[in-house]
Amino acid sequence: MKVKVLFFASLREQLGTGGEEIELPAGAGTLADLRAHLARRGGAWQTALAEGKLVRMALNQDMVKASAPLRGGDEVAFFPPVTGG
Amino acid sequence: MQIEDFDAGAEARALARANAKVGALASFVGLVRDLNDGAAVAGLALEHYPGMTEKAIAAVIDEARERWDVLDCTVIHRVGELRPGDQIVLVAVASAHRGDAFAACEFIMDYLKTRAPFWKKERTPAGARWVEARASDERAAARWNAADRRKAG
Repeated sequence: MKVKVLFFASLREQLGTGGEEIELPAGAGTLADLRAHLARRGGAWQTALAEGKLVRMALNQDMVKASAPLRGGDEVAFFPPVTGG
Repeated sequence: MQIEDFDAGAEARALARANAKVGALASFVGLVRDLNDGAAVAGLALEHYPGMTEKAIAAVIDEARERWDVLDCTVIHRVGELRPGDQIVLVAVASAHRGDAFAACEFIMDYLKTRAPFWKKERTPAGARWVEARASDERAAARWNAADRRKAG
């Protein structure tokens, strides 16, 4: 199952990328699973996405909890708490 | 979302003229400050999540319409490079009466600050830094739910 992943603001800078298409490993069914999968890449990924880091998540452009389930073709975004206005 | 500046007066007048039922118009303009968290701010860059930004703001406006008697409403948020004194955001709400206009305007602003995907990066003498989210903004947004619970109870 493939999903599109986007990164914004400080997270985008830390990871050095605005996003990518990712083939999810078998058994990865939620945003939390995807986050853990990315963190396992180590280095900046581990630092930026480690458990306990304040990271907000969006699924198909709606803010969601980490337990939200993923489907093929979904657009997922990871970003820091928002600071507009 | 736009890079260009806006004319808050013209936006407010347009809202007021569009509907003869409008008896109250509340508007808020957010500006870039030259000082934040103890550092001089030379300017800031506003990043957003195209697509989600529009969706999030529309959802906030829908929620305001469910809670209050809102006749019409304009929200403009700038992105890109801004300098101290520049306007960042406009929220203007037209209603029949002032209570709804004031409340809906403040609600939209509070929710926008915690739900719309914008991020500010400041330029300071010590270098550029991402602005940290404030707990006070989360509390400002949360109090609208607390107010609902009080009403319901």
